[in-house]
Amino acid sequence: MGAPGATAAAGHDLPEQPDVLVVGGGTAALCAAIAARRGGAGVLLLEQAPRWLRGGNTRHSRNLRIRHEVPTPLSPGCYDRDEFCADLQRATGGSADAALARLLVEHSARSTDWLAAAGVQFQPVASGVLPRSRKTAFLLGGGTAMLNRLYAAAEALGVDIRYSCGVTDLKLERGRLAWVDCASASASTSTSTSTRASERTRLRPRAVVVCCGGAQANRAWLRSRWGDAADGFINRGTPHATGEVLHCLLRDGVRAAGDPDGAYLVAVDARSPADDGGIVTRVRCMPAGIVVDGTGRRIHDEGGDTASTRYALWGRRLADCPGQIAHVILDGQGLRGAPPSLYPPLLADDVDALAAALSIPRAALEKTLAEYNAAVRPPAAGDEDVAGWHTEGLTPPKSRHALPLTEPPFGAYPMRPGITFTYHGVAVDADTRVRLEDGGVVENLFAAGMIMAPNLMPRGYLSGLAMSIGVVFGRLAGEEAARHVVG
Amino acid sequence: MSSDECLHDTRAEARRVLGICNACGYCNGFCDLFEASKRRPAATAVDLEHLAHLCHGCRNCLYACQYAPPHAFGVNVPKTLARMRQRSYVERLWPGTWSGWLAAAFRHGVLTASLVSVGAIGLLLWLVWMSVPSEVLFSAHSGVQSGTGAFYRILPWWGMVLIGFLPLGWAMLSIGLSLRRYWRAIAPPGSVSWRALGSALHDVVVMRNLRGGGPGCNDLDDRASHLRRRLHQTLLVGLLLSFAATLAATFQHHVLGWQAPYPLLSAPVLLGTCGGLAMTCAVVGLARLKRREDRSPTDAEARSLDLAFLGLLFLVAVTGLVLLALRATPAMGVLLAVHLGTVLAFFLLLPYSKFVHAGYRLLSLLAEALERAGRQQV
Repeated sequence: MGAPGATAAAGHDLPEQPDVLVVGGGTAALCAAIAARRGGAGVLLLEQAPRWLRGGNTRHSRNLRIRHEVPTPLSPGCYDRDEFCADLQRATGGSADAALARLLVEHSARSTDWLAAAGVQFQPVASGVLPRSRKTAFLLGGGTAMLNRLYAAAEALGVDIRYSCGVTDLKLERGRLAWVDCASASASTSTSTSTRASERTRLRPRAVVVCCGGAQANRAWLRSRWGDAADGFINRGTPHATGEVLHCLLRDGVRAAGDPDGAYLVAVDARSPADDGGIVTRVRCMPAGIVVDGTGRRIHDEGGDTASTRYALWGRRLADCPGQIAHVILDGQGLRGAPPSLYPPLLADDVDALAAALSIPRAALEKTLAEYNAAVRPPAAGDEDVAGWHTEGLTPPKSRHALPLTEPPFGAYPMRPGITFTYHGVAVDADTRVRLEDGGVVENLFAAGMIMAPNLMPRGYLSGLAMSIGVVFGRLAGEEAARHVVG
Repeated sequence: MSSDECLHDTRAEARRVLGICNACGYCNGFCDLFEASKRRPAATAVDLEHLAHLCHGCRNCLYACQYAPPHAFGVNVPKTLARMRQRSYVERLWPGTWSGWLAAAFRHGVLTASLVSVGAIGLLLWLVWMSVPSEVLFSAHSGVQSGTGAFYRILPWWGMVLIGFLPLGWAMLSIGLSLRRYWRAIAPPGSVSWRALGSALHDVVVMRNLRGGGPGCNDLDDRASHLRRRLHQTLLVGLLLSFAATLAATFQHHVLGWQAPYPLLSAPVLLGTCGGLAMTCAVVGLARLKRREDRSPTDAEARSLDLAFLGLLFLVAVTGLVLLALRATPAMGVLLAVHLGTVLAFFLLLPYSKFVHAGYRLLSLLAEALERAGRQQV
């Protein structure tokens, strides 16, 4: 694709002492870079990914959670402070940092205007084709379109942007970040995350904003926490979220935030690529069928939860399955109603053939289906709603949507846990300054985006929250970094 | 690879790509394509053809795409659907007898246009050379060159009609029957309402699907602009003005009995001048966009077809303007022959040029408008 603007791909001629160094290339990084530049500082931005893969997991996102006291063209109704705070505390089990949560909720109301001023386009409700969402605003064309606009805005402001250039090491000394080592990857189209250091450069920036996310793409890191199960995970997002910076910071005495073992997992098609499959890899049709593991046994009530939170619940369940794989099985009727999917379902004319296609013991799958079909009951008299179908005397039960699975052909979507982000990050204060284990802060180091999101979200998730955190704290971090440098 | 296999591959790729779009849906604010695709999960050959013609090739969805090449999914909707359109132009061509041969015209647009233009201009020059005495052809006498009926001393009226109306009539017949086949394949059940027709025409006039949901389209690269939409409409207006000039001239000739050339302040000359200028400016603008644009979202054959059509329009418009400017000079005879040659080439190639996209697109917009009206009633 065309690459407007002068943006060197490699680490040639890096300014050795930039005012503000922004590490990362997603929402938080760009908001920080733009804010710092507007604050009067010179800004160098290092994006580890090549240009075509720039932007971290923002590439795969679509909406931001925003507070709005009145209906706007972007979101109907209103979503006030109290409701946003309550949602956040409920989703995170009350574990969100209260001061940062207040900041997020307060500033989220201005984030769409701020982005629009930087050229970002939103999709109004009036377009008539959006899912109804009172609590979020949708980007026209999604996160990748937003990134194009933000990169263009940053370039126009004079931010020095380097692609395929990642941080390999850094040093914290006496409450200051002393230096940062960076290296440019050689092959620009390679998705490989190994930073084969063609040239390593030591920078001594006056202030640094780290916005380079978590470690969900780092297989060794995942294995150290999840054991062999990590091999069964699919990374839904960028292969560049490898956590080097996070690792270095924690090593040098930065206080951790969140849960080192936590990961946001959703059910994705097992045939998806190991990295970067994004939104389309999701499997959504569990309520229409039954979910069996590799032994042919059902795992959990498929009809109990039909809200969007079911994706994450199934992700955790899949991680506990033998081989981290399970299959949602539908009959002809369920297949007709299934939402569009990345890969077509595996189809078979009968249960025998389906079991063979899925490598599930034939007798076990037949038994599971027979027991299920024998246990389904129609809704109570007078209730026309098909959701009222349920099972009786079955373990685990299927409490709703339990239609008999009898109509050929039978189809299956194989599923694996898809890791979206990790819940392990660095602690920050209300200025986004990175906090130290011993109580102080690093005076010239700021953090924004998913690397500090565990302060607000040590567990759980709300749709559009990561993007809001990126915008609100990216801006804040950029402004603070510029203030630190310019005075 | 045979053309059948090729068509099969093109369809398979369109099916794969739009399947991913249906599961994603992020681009549904840009244009009508993505929701229309979601409503056609079966993605039959006709569905894909309709969706391809619905796509205006604006490219927004490529730059916004998280799966654009070199991603493993390699989603490139504009290029995939541009290929589908190319195949559809050939497949629907009437008469089908020579379509295999004529497909080459669609495949090698620039080459075909160049050959036909040179041939037609040569033919006209030869005809004039053979039939007009050189003292008339190159006469500096203003009475001969600019007086009433001067053009017809170079080429008789019936000759012009033969050159103009026969190929044009054939082109209209061919395009009309091709479009009829297309409409029969895609038409939603029920009759066409005036309201839906109005809605489809409105979509054409404002080019709603080339607005990118408001901010414009990625004409050159990942920045948004309205330039292509405006240039396209300028071209359309120019073409319509030129057509109006022809109608005005026909009216003056037949009804009023006035013979061309007409004075500068007459309707045909004013309309034709404005039309020619508008066409020339628009064509130059569009060609500049084509030259500077990122090529990854376009299909090479489709691009060639676009350039060929722009070239033909440019020749027609510029030779017409030059003829107008120099019609009182001894060069008039040759210029008239050249201009008529470009018009002949333009008319001959109409059914095998980018011109046909207009009909297919209008019909696809009409089908969408009818479906929209149907959904609103339910």
